[in-house]
Order: sequence, then C-alpha cells, then structure tokens
Amino acid sequence: MAHDAIIIGAGMSGLAAGIRLAMFGKKVVILEKHSIPGGLNSYYQRRNFEEGGVRPFDVGLHALTNFIKKGEKGKPFSKLLKQLRLSWDDFKLHPQTHSMIHFPEAQLKFSNDFELLESEVHQRFPHQKDHFARLAQNVREFNELDLSLGYQSTRAKLATIITDPLLLEMLLAPLLIYGSAWEDDMDFAQFVIMFKSLYFEGFARPEGGVRRIIKLLVDKYAENGGELRYRSSVARILTENGKAVGVRLDNGEELRAIHIFSSIGLPETAMRVDDGHFETQPRVGKMTFLESIFVFDKKPTDDATIVFYNNAPTYAYRPASNYYDATSAVVCLPDNYERHNTAGEGTVRVTYMANYRQWADLVRTDYDAKKDEVAESAKALIKKLFPTYDAHLRFTDVFSPTTIERYTWHKDGTVYGSIDKTRDGRTPVDNLFIIGTDQGFLGIIGAMLSGISMANLHGLMEAPQ
Amino acid sequence: MNQEQVRQVVLNIISDIAPDEDMTTLKDEVSLREQLDLDSMDFLDIVMELRKRHKVEVPAEDYPKLATMASCVSYLTPKMQ
Repeated sequence: MAHDAIIIGAGMSGLAAGIRLAMFGKKVVILEKHSIPGGLNSYYQRRNFEEGGVRPFDVGLHALTNFIKKGEKGKPFSKLLKQLRLSWDDFKLHPQTHSMIHFPEAQLKFSNDFELLESEVHQRFPHQKDHFARLAQNVREFNELDLSLGYQSTRAKLATIITDPLLLEMLLAPLLIYGSAWEDDMDFAQFVIMFKSLYFEGFARPEGGVRRIIKLLVDKYAENGGELRYRSSVARILTENGKAVGVRLDNGEELRAIHIFSSIGLPETAMRVDDGHFETQPRVGKMTFLESIFVFDKKPTDDATIVFYNNAPTYAYRPASNYYDATSAVVCLPDNYERHNTAGEGTVRVTYMANYRQWADLVRTDYDAKKDEVAESAKALIKKLFPTYDAHLRFTDVFSPTTIERYTWHKDGTVYGSIDKTRDGRTPVDNLFIIGTDQGFLGIIGAMLSGISMANLHGLMEAPQ
Repeated sequence: MNQEQVRQVVLNIISDIAPDEDMTTLKDEVSLREQLDLDSMDFLDIVMELRKRHKVEVPAEDYPKLATMASCVSYLTPKMQ
C-alpha cells in the first residue's frame, strides 16, 4: 500500500483531516483539482489599475462564524484549536461590529454578544419575549453533534415555539442563507449548529481574509509531513470486493490507499464510484448563489458588518425563478471588521440566490450582459441601504453558479451540498468516507471540525475493514 | 520509567494538547475532565501521543483507566518498563 489515506480536495475539511492523520504518523496525500487550496472558501486576485499591484479577493468567506474570545473553552472553535494544535492568536481575528436582519416591517441587530439580539427581540417583539427565551433554551440543550440524528424540519419545530411568523422568518433568514442545502427549511440539527455559531458566538474575520486560515492549515499539514498535490483531478474511485482501494486521476495515474476521505460532496463522490455500490444516487442540492464584488475609492460610512436584507414579509429561500432574485440579499462590508483602518479602498459584496440551470444555459454574450444586470441591481441595493455612502466605484466583479461549479467541483454550483447528508461519514463502500459539507457540519469551522472528527473516527480509532 | 517519570510523560502530553491549561494545581485523585477542558477528542489525542512518543498501546476498552492522573500512572507504569 502506497498510502494510509487519500484525501480528495484541499478545502477546509480536507486540510483539517490531513493534519490529524499526518500528525499521528499516517502517510497521507491530498489531491486537489485546482492549482490553489481552499475549495469553497478560496481566493483570487485582480490587477489594480488605479494604484498598481493587485487587489486580493476572497470567495465564500463573508464571516468566520463561531467567534470566541481568547481563552474561551468548550466551544467548537476552541476544540478545533486543540485538535489542530493551533493558537487563537494565529488567526488574528477581528470581531464584527454588528449585523442586521433587515425586513420591511422590522429590523433586528445582532452582534457577538447574544444580549444585543435578546434586547432587540424584546423591543420589537415584546409579546415573544418568553417564546424567544424558550427557543434559546432548546438550542442550548440540543446535542447537534450526535452523529445518529436524522432529518427533522426546523419550521415544524419552530412553529411550536415562536408564534409570531415575522420573528420566525427574521430569525431563520441568516441561518438559511449561511448554511441550508434544503429549500425554505433546514434540518433542525443544522439549525442548532447555525443558531449557536451565528447568534450565540458570532462573526469575525481573520486579518487578511481566508488566505490566513488556508495558509495556517497548509503549513501545519506540511509541518506534519503531509503531501499535497495540485492539478490532480480524481476521475474514478477504485473498488475491489465492495471496498475502496484507491483512485485514478484524469491523467490515468493510479494511487492506492487504505482509507479514502472525499470532500467533493456525496453525489460527486458517488458519481466516481462504479455502478451498483450506491443503491440510489444522492440528490444534488439546488441552492446556489451569485455574488457581486464592488471596490469603491473609500471605506463604507455605515458601520454594520453584514446586512441580511429581505424585501418581503416572508423569506423565500429557494432557487431564483428568473436567473437571480433581488427580493433578498446578503450584503457584506468586510472593512467593518477592522474599523480602525479608515484609509484606502472599501469593498462591498452582495449575494443573491440564483438559478443554476438558467446560468448554465446562457451563451457567452448573454452571460456577460446578465452579469452586468446583476451588478446594476446590486449597486442600486447598496444605494438604498447606505444612502450617504457617496464613493466612486473602481472595480466590479460578479461570479455566477457556473463559476462556483468550475472552481469547486460541486455539481450545479451548489454551495451547501446535497440534501442527503451522511452524518457518520460512512458510504455504501467500505473505507470510503465523506467529509465536509455533505457530512453535515456547517461553515468554515464546521468544515474543519468535520475533517477532524471523521479522520479521528475512521482514520485513527478504527481498524480498516 | 518510574511512577514520577510516567506522571511527567502524561503531564507533557496534556500540556501539548491543551496549552492554555494550568497544570500546577492538578489534583491526581480527581478526574481530569473535571479539572481541565478535555473532551473525548482530547482523550483520543492522549492515547495517540502515547503511541507516537512511547509506543504504548491503549485499547479502547481501557480508556476509562485514563480518568485521573493517579489511574493513568498506575495503568501506564507497567506498560512503560
């Protein structure tokens, strides 16, 4: 056997799994299709014609959720630090100012201090004070890390606790768009993960953005002797007698290993295994997005970090019926994580729900025109939300569901993966495990914890089948 | 290794796994989990580090024997001769 483990994908979960396995002497190789690491949370740059040099951009990361203060214990982030032997200081976290859930009839602010959201709810929805307290209590007591849990509808469960539909919609909006693979609803265990990571713990941004996290992981992996190969696209997962034994790359090269950990998604993994192993093909999720990134000549004047905007009484979380849906948006002002830096350019990112099929069917010229239309709509929203921000636009970029598909491998540009999850990481094929989004922990911290816990469970604790 | 050396081995491993913990006030007869922020993932790391650094195997059924510092020492000392 050439390797103890092959990991498909150098995203957050793959790198974290790789660190754990390499740390304890396993011979590991991570195979990454792209020429840079990060997966769904990666980065790129564009030339800066105004000031020379380049402008760095993140894809994915609006916020690192699960914020903790230095020394806080027993939280997902602190578990991750211990497991990867990283220090809190390494991340150079800048906490958010506050974020805002912005509906036509009401607005709710929240921050990394849960009391702000509580007081906002008490003020706007005084009749829901006890209901909200009961919800928080339910969330606190729920063990979302139980790997044996099945799907439970969040809306059904919430309807018995929160009786004002507007409050229910407002609380759900950020949690759905920051993590749900399901349309208009989410699994209750995932709701709890999201509620804790957004409302109890909150947002921060590592200095320098997602690059800092990726560099920490890649360096730690290399330090432990792990091997990382770029431009190595896995064409097939090889099996013998119902067990995974290796992979074949696009160039025909074959690698063999005892364990294979795939972060490319459950449907994407199943597609690469010979027929007959998966009784039914896992379903591809439909939630995909469009993001417009604007660079202005000065920093934003408003102090919110992220605005979850919705221009309707209910929150529709489903693929857009017409390319994109401007009824709702997530507007991220990354400069507001570091309010002390007031000089220099300002960035605003606007994310809309999209429709993969329609974008995939566009011919090139129509595609570019459609992207321009999206950018115009997003610019109008920025004007509406921040009327006093009189900055000049210097740079615009839009990425579509097809861009996401091209760079991440995720079929149909789906961002939160399949609606079929495998919480214990197992697949019908022995020695083949799923990590990352389709194992079911969410966000960047969740993805890393997914890689860690699956590597622990299947790569370190159990003998191979 | 004598008992004091084995105790030091366990201390070193725990301080590498949980660098922010204060080990100076550790009570040997009280459960480690009660005194330190250690979860099941951390106990796995103690086991993995024992294997990596000292070639000592702790099978899963013996994990409860690592509950306190005193029980760690009495369980591990014969294995580290």
